[in-house]
This record gives sequence, C-alpha cells and structure tokens, in this order.
Amino acid sequence: MRLQFIASEVWQGLRRNATMAIAVVIVTFVSLAFLGSAALLQMQVTNLKNDWLNKVEVSIFLCPDVSSVANCASGPVTKSQQDAIERVLTTGAVSKIVKSVYYESKQEAYNNLVERDPDGVFSQHLTADAMQPSLRVKLKDPEQFQVVADATEKLEGVEYVKDQRDVFKTLFQVLNRATLIAAALAAVMLLAAVLLITTTIRLSALSRRRETTIMRMVGSSKTLIQLPFMLEGAIAATLGAVLSILGLWLTVRYLIEDWLSTQFNWIDYIRASDVFVVAPWMLLIAVVLSAIASLVTLGRYTSA
Amino acid sequence: MAGAVSTPRAHTTVIRFDNVTKVYLRGARPALEDVDVTLERGDFAFLVGASGSGKSTFLKLVLREERPTAGRIHVAGRDLGRLASWRVPTLRREIGAVFQDFRLLPNKTVYENVAFALQVIGKGKRQIENTVPETLDLVGLGGKEKRMPHELSGGEQQRVAIARAFVNHPPILLCDEPTGNLDPSTSVGIMRLLDRINRTGTTVLMATHDEQIVDQMRKRVIELRDGRVVRDQLQGVYGLETV
Repeated sequence: MRLQFIASEVWQGLRRNATMAIAVVIVTFVSLAFLGSAALLQMQVTNLKNDWLNKVEVSIFLCPDVSSVANCASGPVTKSQQDAIERVLTTGAVSKIVKSVYYESKQEAYNNLVERDPDGVFSQHLTADAMQPSLRVKLKDPEQFQVVADATEKLEGVEYVKDQRDVFKTLFQVLNRATLIAAALAAVMLLAAVLLITTTIRLSALSRRRETTIMRMVGSSKTLIQLPFMLEGAIAATLGAVLSILGLWLTVRYLIEDWLSTQFNWIDYIRASDVFVVAPWMLLIAVVLSAIASLVTLGRYTSA
Repeated sequence: MAGAVSTPRAHTTVIRFDNVTKVYLRGARPALEDVDVTLERGDFAFLVGASGSGKSTFLKLVLREERPTAGRIHVAGRDLGRLASWRVPTLRREIGAVFQDFRLLPNKTVYENVAFALQVIGKGKRQIENTVPETLDLVGLGGKEKRMPHELSGGEQQRVAIARAFVNHPPILLCDEPTGNLDPSTSVGIMRLLDRINRTGTTVLMATHDEQIVDQMRKRVIELRDGRVVRDQLQGVYGLETV
C-alpha cells in the first residue's frame, strides 16, 4: 500500500512538474557528460602514460667525433670515459632508480634508423659512422629523469642527456588542460543542476502543500511525506545520468573505437567498456546531488 | 501499530496541562499563562474565548505543533516534553483534527479523501475498504462516496473532514471552529455528529465562538481570556461570567 502510494505520488509529481523534471534531466545529462568526459580523458592520459612511459628511456648521448659542446672538447668519447659513466649509473647512488643500462653503438643506432624508416632521407644518405653512440637508460620511475641528468650531465664524454618524455609533454599538457576545462564546466553545470533540482522539489512541495499538511495532521511519518519529493528529484537526476552514460558510450564506441583508432592506430585508446568504469560514479553523483538538494529544501517545506 | 482507540485503559486522563505557559516572543505577553486543564476519556468540552485568547495555541500544544515555554503536557498517555520528534506522528494518530476550512483535497473524491488518511499511515487495503464506508455511513454521507468536494454543501464537506479525522478511531478529536463557516441549522447537524462520536468514548475538545451552540449543548466549558483559564464549568453556557 505504501509503495503503491509513494509510486503514484511520484508519478503525479513528475507529471505535474513535467517541464521542470525535463529541465533537471537535461542539466544533469549535460553536466555529467562533461564530468564523464573529464574522467575518460584522464583514463586516456593514464593509458598513454603506461603505454609510452614504460617504453621511453633517458638517452645519454656520448661525445661524437665532432661536437661544439664544451664537455666534448677533448674529442670523441673514450672507452674509459664510457666505463666511468656506466659505473655511475650501475653502482652509484643513482643505481637505485635505474632499471637497466644499454649501450647503443654507432652501428646499432644506424641499424635502428634504417629499420624505422628504410626509405627515408637519413637512411639513404647517412652512414653508421655519422651516428652517435649513446647509453640508453631505463628508469624504475620515469619521473626521476632529473636525478640521472644531474649525475651524468657533467661527466667527461657526455655530450647531452635527453629525456624522451619531452616528446609527449605537450600532448599530455593538452590532454590535462582539456580535462581541467571539462571538469570546470562540469562543476558549473553541476551547481546549476543542484539549484534546479532544489527549485523543482520546492515547486513540487508547494503544489502539494495541502496533501502534506493533511499527512502531518493525521500522523504520517516524515519519511512517507518527504520520500516522494526526494524520489522525484532522484529519478530525474538518475535519468540524466543514464542519458549521459549512453552519450559517452556512443561517442567512445563510434567516434573513437570505430573511427579515430583507424585514423591514428599507434595510440592505445580507451574503449567503450571503459565508460562502464566511470558510469557507477556518475550515477552515484546524480543521486548524491539530488539528495543534497532534497535535504536543503525539504526541511523547510514539509517539516512538522 | 495503533489500532482503534489504542490508549491503554489505565490512562483515563487523555489530555493534561500542568501549569502550562507559552510565550511566542521573548518579552511579549504570553499566549497561554499557567494553564491547568484535565480532560478525561469521553469528555466533551468547549474551549471558548475571544480571538487571541489562546484557543489556537492550546490546540497547537496538544498536537505538539508548538512546545510549551513552561509546564508539562500529557496527551494520550505521552509526556510531550519527552516525546522525541520522530515519535510525533504516533501522537498525531491518536488525535483527529477538524478545522473551520475543512482542508479537503479538491482533486479527490469523498471516499478518497477519507481513505487518504489511512493510506498515509500505512493501513492495509482491506482495512481501508472496510473502515471508510463504515465511517462515511456514521457521518451521514453513505451514497456520496464518489462525489467531489466542490459538489458538496459546506456541511457535507465538514462531515467529510470529520470522517477523515475519525476514520482511524482516535481517542481524541480536536475541532477548531468546525461550525465557523456553516449556517446555524447545518451547525446543529454537525454538533449532533460530534455528540454521536463523543458517545463512542472519544474525547472531543472544540474551540468555538458559537454562543448558540455552546448554550444549546450544555457541555463543559473552558473559557480563556488573555491566555488564562477564567472558567472551567461543567454544563456551562457561553457568556457566563467567572463564578
């Protein structure tokens, strides 16, 4: 009986306040879509970092035959200089953060170049001798680049130290800023959603004041009086969340999986299934938002 | 669950005010001052007095819509000073309330208006189907179940309101100017109905301005003036001065 009563109250309330309920659905839809996008962008960033940063290395380029760098004034790197550098990396304080050190000779560097781009200008015209030997250092934590750079930069025989992460820095910056913008828009929209839900509940409570007055009078419990209003807000917000989840899923499924990944296939993209990692949180946020709005509003309009 | 007349038999006193004072605004004149009143099971009492004499405050205190500034109030075996706010609904199920303006739901039929009071306190379908027609018969509205409130006369609307207040068979019925909007002959009918309900053992407390009715009924009269009880007389009349 009570369930039936609550259900019919909720249904009537939503119907009577249809325009407001639709507005709530739309605003939560848009705000959660932004929020979900921000989360997915961050997942994409994490994906890329895991994928790429494990592959990137710190390259310690050793002095070539001709170099204008002061460290290389004494000519190309010697075997003893190279050994000294390797010792710093494998036995010194730095060794704790170093995973592996690999010496790439001129010939190997040349082979790699040819392999990467067999028909390119460089592979056609360069010889192995024109290449530069280097130490490829893998770090346990790629973020520790600076420590390695500081320890090796000034050693004799080192021309310069390069962090391959620099290549990705800009891309990550773009993605991170996009995340921030999406999150900021989401915050503004979520605020609008809370205010709108508050107004909707208030209107609904005012339009049913006669009922709630009688309910209080005859000894109906506070829960039964307030629950229909709370449910109205929660249902509208949840519907918005479901729509935004659907929207994100369609976007990832058809825009990223089917199209973008065929255009730039060297990137490890997020998948449509990743949307379902974000989805429960979006639903939770929708419910929490409407709960906050209910608490703010209902105390004033239906209390004893 | 509160069944019909669920007050324990031991409590024959259903409403007791002990030295109750109510001040709405600090420093202002009290709305009620040092009021001592006791109503027993089956009592019928009029609460009379000019506007602003404290009648409404008295009723609000019984319903625990307001709390006293000083003194203690017992209603239906409960000490209202110690009643947790989440228990207030259980108190209100022991009290039926009728108002001057009927307070019916305009979009519900007579039957639905009465059934609503049972629905919202979680009564079962079967119980509602049994009790509502019975109560409508009691108030003389048998056969008008499907009417909408606007299709009824004022007297009939008030009968619906009384049916709604009484359908759960509360031990107490509070009436705030129930005949205030009705013509004298209709009022007499309403008073007969209240008398009939009173004879079932329900305590009826009725705030009113209606001299004629008070004089006719010859029931207990509690007169308030400026928040004080100036008269509490069995079988009283409206205008009699303090003895």
